[in-house]
Amino acid sequence: MKIREIAAMANAEVLCCEELLDNEVHSACGSDMMSDVLAYVKDQGLLITGLVNPQVVRTAEMMDMRAILFVRGKKPTPEILALAKQCEMVIMASELRMFEACGLIYESGLKGGVLK
Amino acid sequence: MSAPLTYRYDIDGENFTSAGEASVKVKKALRQLGFSQDVIRRVSIAMYEGEINMVIHANGGFAEVSVYPDRIVIVLDDKGPGIPNVDLAMQAGYSTAPEQIRSLGFGAGMGLPNMKANTDEMTIETEIGVGTKITMTVKVGT
Repeated sequence: MKIREIAAMANAEVLCCEELLDNEVHSACGSDMMSDVLAYVKDQGLLITGLVNPQVVRTAEMMDMRAILFVRGKKPTPEILALAKQCEMVIMASELRMFEACGLIYESGLKGGVLK
Repeated sequence: MSAPLTYRYDIDGENFTSAGEASVKVKKALRQLGFSQDVIRRVSIAMYEGEINMVIHANGGFAEVSVYPDRIVIVLDDKGPGIPNVDLAMQAGYSTAPEQIRSLGFGAGMGLPNMKANTDEMTIETEIGVGTKITMTVKVGT
């Protein structure tokens, strides 16, 4: 699924790396706990989270993810966006709650991927 | 044997925001050296978890990454309080991280187990009041 489709589905504002919206992601993970993302996630392209700090971008970068969708109306700071720019990470922000965002995206065909 | 390519980083223990910067640099360097995505990711995750641990628990320290033809060795050395019970610290879900760290998305008690899971060898040398040295090796497949 193209990141662009996810942005449209979540009615999200794209805040970083708009030029990469045509990249594809094949699975996603929703969590506010970066420890769990690091420990349980594999081969996922999209991180859906309501946690906002620079470690969210670093965690996604470590996991080779390509995009982050911030939910619950959370807005990343300029510092976070600058970090995302360096990592070429698409950043989107949506008013949806986590459950709704995950539900919509899952229903459209993006799945959770393979656990370690 | 030829000398390894070595990268050294100081880990700033005062600044949670900058935690992980060294891991990002290592990841970039390994990419440039042409390692496989799997090797790069395992090294990155192990080092990032270790770096976060050093900032949460040990007021920083230093990291050294040595690249050999057949393996990558990561040494994380701190002058923190030491780990009182290594077996307990290795249990998934056990954490002594303060609540404030949990609110930042870390401290689930998965750091050390995840470092072990992503590396081929891991040794922990720790002494109470002196510090902790963790050595991790990721073998590079041929």
